[in-house]
Amino acid sequence: MITVALHVAAGCVALALLLNGWRLLRGPALGDRIVALDTMVINAIALIVLIGMIGGNDTYFEAALLLAMVGFISTIAYCKFVLRGDIVE
Amino acid sequence: MTVIADAIIVALLLLGGGFVLIGSWGLVRLPSTMERLHGPTKATTLGLGALLVASVVYFQAKLGIWTAHELLISLFLFITAPISANMIAKVHLHRVRIGAISEPESIAGPPPRASDDSDWATFEAPAHHTPASTANT
Repeated sequence: MITVALHVAAGCVALALLLNGWRLLRGPALGDRIVALDTMVINAIALIVLIGMIGGNDTYFEAALLLAMVGFISTIAYCKFVLRGDIVE
Repeated sequence: MTVIADAIIVALLLLGGGFVLIGSWGLVRLPSTMERLHGPTKATTLGLGALLVASVVYFQAKLGIWTAHELLISLFLFITAPISANMIAKVHLHRVRIGAISEPESIAGPPPRASDDSDWATFEAPAHHTPASTANT
């Protein structure tokens, strides 16, 4: 039962990643692309956690934590670059 | 006991996967950028939160390992999500204001004006004698 639920959840997250990719490629405004990239990072974290559960291996959570930090920093850096034309003033 | 744990894990997994999908569906379907900011917040908080709690319960029930990394990820995301949403909204408002993009018709309408003759703080230079001021005095 848990195996089926794990695969259903992984399928949902994979579909969500595809939808984000569509918005990333199409999104008319720059803000849309930043939102899509930010959401893709969130969904990638969810997928890593699910893969860790499917494999029964808890080493993947280090990668998920690192990806959460890198995703936040990159979103802020992108916004800062668009706003000010520079990242570290 | 294991049946209860299984049921909890399955319910949390389906809830999490469903909300992650709903968040991205909102990102695709909502009409304007400020409204599209709203969709993925569900994926961040409820969706990913439920998946991480499911993972804690799973490793506790199946392998007998107590892991707290997931709660750390969850805490970090809860702290950082409002900050990145604020920055993205700022980017969008500034680009609308300088005319780089035109806002499509939306249900919520354009953001309201600030009161009096002042403007929103994000558009104004910091006042003198405040810590945020960058003027060389």
